Amino acid sequence: MKRHKDLLLHGNEACAMGALAAGMRLFAGYPITPSTEIAEFLSVELPKVGGTFIQMEDEISSMGAIIGASLAGVKSMTATSGPGFSLMQENLGFAAMAEIPCVLVNVMRGGPSTGMPTRPSQGDVMQSRWGTHGAHPIIVLSPQSVLECYTLTIHAFNLAEKYRSPVIMLMDGIVGHMWENVQLPEKIEVIDRPEPSVPPDWYNPYDNLPGGEIVPLVPFGEGYRYHVTGMVHDKSGYPTLIHEEVEQCLDKLIYKIKNNLHDIIRIEEYMLEDADICIVAHGSVARSAREAVNIARNEGLKVGLLRPITLWPFPRFHLENISKKVKLFVVPEMNYGQVYGEVLKSCPKRAVRVTRVDGELVTPAQIMEKIEGAAL
Amino acid sequence: MTQHHLCLSGSGGQGLILGGALLAHAAVRDGKNVTMTSSYGPEARGGASRSNLIISDNPIDYPIPEKMDIVLAMNQESCNKFVPELKDDGILIVDSTLVIHHPPIKHYSIPFTKLATKAGVVIIANVIALGSIIALTDIVRPVSLKEALKERMRADLLPINEKALKIGLREGTKLKKNIDEYYTY
Repeated sequence: MKRHKDLLLHGNEACAMGALAAGMRLFAGYPITPSTEIAEFLSVELPKVGGTFIQMEDEISSMGAIIGASLAGVKSMTATSGPGFSLMQENLGFAAMAEIPCVLVNVMRGGPSTGMPTRPSQGDVMQSRWGTHGAHPIIVLSPQSVLECYTLTIHAFNLAEKYRSPVIMLMDGIVGHMWENVQLPEKIEVIDRPEPSVPPDWYNPYDNLPGGEIVPLVPFGEGYRYHVTGMVHDKSGYPTLIHEEVEQCLDKLIYKIKNNLHDIIRIEEYMLEDADICIVAHGSVARSAREAVNIARNEGLKVGLLRPITLWPFPRFHLENISKKVKLFVVPEMNYGQVYGEVLKSCPKRAVRVTRVDGELVTPAQIMEKIEGAAL
Repeated sequence: MTQHHLCLSGSGGQGLILGGALLAHAAVRDGKNVTMTSSYGPEARGGASRSNLIISDNPIDYPIPEKMDIVLAMNQESCNKFVPELKDDGILIVDSTLVIHHPPIKHYSIPFTKLATKAGVVIIANVIALGSIIALTDIVRPVSLKEALKERMRADLLPINEKALKIGLREGTKLKKNIDEYYTY
């Protein structure tokens, strides 16, 4: 029996291993429950592969450090939880604006403020999308298992490099703190930063290339001199207030994600073919939902599950398609209904929510209660 | 489909989360699917601490055990708190060193902490308990737990933990053989 060789991994450990496999070589962070094991693991393992681990003085500087490392050509990551995530927002906006690839792991705990350090939550769904000021898109991934903590972290780095954007791994405290047997994939796809196709004098790091092609970010110190700023900038990176250039700069941020939704958005469908009721759930709650689908099917109820693996950009088109077939959406979450709001946007008035904020996972029974109570 | 739900409970510092990880590791070596979640307070020591395991032949969706097949209670508070989560035919195992008031149901009672102290060091009480759980329930194979110890423990702590496993297995087996004599009602 081959399965005996499975590894027993902790979600945070798997996330850190995924980062190493993706080629991450700088971690800067400030330990915080329930993400601490990521820093703990990397403080031991990163030096072994020639990487750098820095425990910074706080989360603001942690985010700054990984942005700096990325500009120097090193894949970089930080990990935190709610309170630290709040502190990282300003520099996260900077990374989005300056188009600097990096990965931020947020293992969500109960909030607001210090909240419940050792208890899980999914309260940062909206903060991960709208936590910074101004308008910019962001890519947010939500794993449901320890295996996905590994595979999606690799995917996060690939998306970051491909789209020159910060990517957030939004794990809930249950997935982050769960132990599970996993078989790591033997082959993984790793996307590295492409070489520039122009000589230094011609290089414009923020150029608008035809067909929406993204300009490779050249590491500092390689002879390519350019300017990086959080201000609205022209194609060379210098601040600008010229109408056309401002519009170009901001539009580009939006469209580099919007034009590639088909590549970025990942979802999982379970038993949706003939479903009357569709559960929309992500992270660990999706596992409760899957169990609820099995229970419901045993009772003869036609229930299916849509699991957004990519939370942002939100898989709205998938939802709209499904809403043509199903009569009701049920949205269980470990918050007061953040994804629920997004579901409502796609299919007004046909969604109910199952919320839980006491630091425990939504149970299959709670979801079943809503399903059975729904008058179809 | 066999699926076993377990809870190892006690106070922070008794090694219940490590114990859960060891048991989970052994179950993986047995070829099972496992999920383990834990719950603990912000304290470094003290406070309630528990690990919750599901050991299953099939893939596991909902990862939190609800009705326990096996509960280990390493102190009074956790015994009081988690006995209600036990199935009607579930197995309760308590550390009789620290559990003074025994619940009015069938259970096994072994002085894990006292045995650990006698063996030289109190911190191995968790592994002694694991040994007894295995002897009493066959939840994982002893050889798998031994493997788990080897793969997960620091080398210098391995001998004392292997000794602890032996003690636990011995005590558990003793109890199982003389089942009528040792059952406490």
